[in-house]
Amino acid sequence: MAASDPATDRAATRAPSRNGEVVLEVDELVKYFPLTTGIVFKKHVGDVKAVDGVSFELHRGETLGVVGESGCGKSTLAKLLILLERPTSGRALFKGKNIYDAKGRHFKALRRNIQIIFQDPYSSLNPRMTVGDIVGEPFDIHPEVAPRGDRRRRVQELLDVVGLNPEHINRYPHQFSGGQRQRIGIARGLALRPEIIICDEPVSALDVSIQAQVMNLLEKLQDEFGLSYVFIAHDLSVVRHISDRVAVMYIGKLVEVGTHEQIYEHPSHPYTQALLSAVPVPDPSVRGQRQQIILTGDPPSPANPPSGCRFRTRCWKATEKCAEEVPALVVRPGTDHPAACHYAAVREDVVVQH
Amino acid sequence: MATTETFPAPGAPSADGVPLLDVEDLHVEFRTRDGVAKAVNGVSYTLQEGETLAILGESGSGKSVTAQAVMGILDSPPGFITGGAVRFRGQDLLLLPEAERRAYRGRNISMIFQDALSSLNPVFTVGWQIGEMFRIHEGLSRRQAKARAVELMEQVRIPAAKERVNDYPHQFSGGMRQRIMIAMAIALDPDVLIADEPTTALDVTVQAQIMELLHDLQVERKMGLILITHDLGVVADVSDKISVMYAGRIMEKALVHDIYARPAHPYTKGLLESIPRLDMKGQELAAIKGLPPSLTRIPPGCEFNPRCPYAQQICIEQRPPLYEVVPGRYSACHFAEEVLSGSI
Repeated sequence: MAASDPATDRAATRAPSRNGEVVLEVDELVKYFPLTTGIVFKKHVGDVKAVDGVSFELHRGETLGVVGESGCGKSTLAKLLILLERPTSGRALFKGKNIYDAKGRHFKALRRNIQIIFQDPYSSLNPRMTVGDIVGEPFDIHPEVAPRGDRRRRVQELLDVVGLNPEHINRYPHQFSGGQRQRIGIARGLALRPEIIICDEPVSALDVSIQAQVMNLLEKLQDEFGLSYVFIAHDLSVVRHISDRVAVMYIGKLVEVGTHEQIYEHPSHPYTQALLSAVPVPDPSVRGQRQQIILTGDPPSPANPPSGCRFRTRCWKATEKCAEEVPALVVRPGTDHPAACHYAAVREDVVVQH
Repeated sequence: MATTETFPAPGAPSADGVPLLDVEDLHVEFRTRDGVAKAVNGVSYTLQEGETLAILGESGSGKSVTAQAVMGILDSPPGFITGGAVRFRGQDLLLLPEAERRAYRGRNISMIFQDALSSLNPVFTVGWQIGEMFRIHEGLSRRQAKARAVELMEQVRIPAAKERVNDYPHQFSGGMRQRIMIAMAIALDPDVLIADEPTTALDVTVQAQIMELLHDLQVERKMGLILITHDLGVVADVSDKISVMYAGRIMEKALVHDIYARPAHPYTKGLLESIPRLDMKGQELAAIKGLPPSLTRIPPGCEFNPRCPYAQQICIEQRPPLYEVVPGRYSACHFAEEVLSGSI
């Protein structure tokens, strides 16, 4: 499939399975954090390029998984999407309107519609507030959602929805286990009936048996309320289970985007292939049967990323072209989904069916 | 330490029949204000030369406490070893006075931890910290110790070791710090290496590098390796045999292939089923219901009975012993045969 027409490239990044309307369209989002020296007179000496030109679309009722290693910018992306950080450039359209232009009433409405669930259920809940206060706090800021007299009942309903005992409304966070605390965080995220929830590593801090409970809950809530998720995680098997589409991120840029089948069964970017091959498979009978690509070195610093393709310093396919030309995220010949690599080619020997 | 003789195959007991490490009926409790937390309740395992034993468990299952007790670094108080034996080549380490015990640490049994950054001292160079092993245990001079430190850094594949030996821990990435921890742990050529969640804090691509390094070092030096982890994937990749821990006890132990092919305990079965798999895509995951018990209030009978889908009256009344279901396979379940054969 020769692809030079940008229109067809864009079409390929859309979800084939769920053709719901686009609720969020992110366009060339960039976030640089300035590096300065000096105490009194600050001198700008460079930038940490945390997010550097990220574009994707999110559809109604869809889960977009974002995978990447630490330092790749996935958490900065989450902060940008919930308006905790303002981008250096680029825009994100929520129902056609740029969220970074919103002011006053519109801004407040956006905050209602885009919510977040954090990774660490220990530090994201105030230890001095009861569960009822934590889950009900969004109603203080957005009183139009629930009238005062109705709040306690609404909070209890929410606790029930996420599988907690509504009678525990007066307890404090320390009286709950990690998995239960994450449920409190989810109830708080749901309180304002948002359309989009950004899940920033929501199950990474949990044990395997509890992780499955929380993932089941997230899927149930998505079906019940028609939520769209941006699901950020570093665990590839978790992302595969929950996502409709997956975006792979490396030092501030998306390197490959596709449906979960395309990414997990026909990965075409060398980084995706290395990432998939590095995941230990919970099946000893495949030991030694699959190709394991062990990358050398560590990811480079986002303050000083390599020229051209950012993966070239660890890539076994890199040539001079990779140092000179930044590869675009487009569909390459022989593949069916976009990859940011000059030499993208499907490789299936790194994939294990389990 | 015999280094020139031929070694038996991994898992085979040494010629005199004494295992390298033999932990028997170990009990550890923590005496806290809220009561006595029974963290380890009768754990037994053996390790042979060149063998990899994985200890699998969730947080609070007692897997790290067991390792600390074996290593002799349990904080006491509040932790107390209340029973059992830890035999290294037949010598019970728990009976030794601290001064003699110390000679075993580092030289015979050594350990690496999950969080390399907090395990290294931030105010000394890594070369100084690795060299400390040689200065203290072998009485080498500073210069000699530093030269040995460089050698070790090369062995754990740290690039430009000669220059980096004078760097401080914060100047290294997470993966490199873990390599430095490994260098310190293998400095005195130990017989047993305990790795407590060595890759949990690392990214997958770096995790693969570290696991490969550990495996190569183990084969090279014929160490016994105890790998403590909660990651079912890592276990499947490297270990020879597994002990699954829950609420301070071993629930099941077997060779790695057997356990993944067919678990003999409902807890192991639940764990394996709760991993997202390709053929489960779009379906609900088979999660284990409920929560692990508090160690101050372990339920009567089988520890797992409140969460077990197959629990019967007997499970609440009687604590099942860890017994041999088929040769070489142990399970602490009243219905182990049924679970193993798949009839329940």
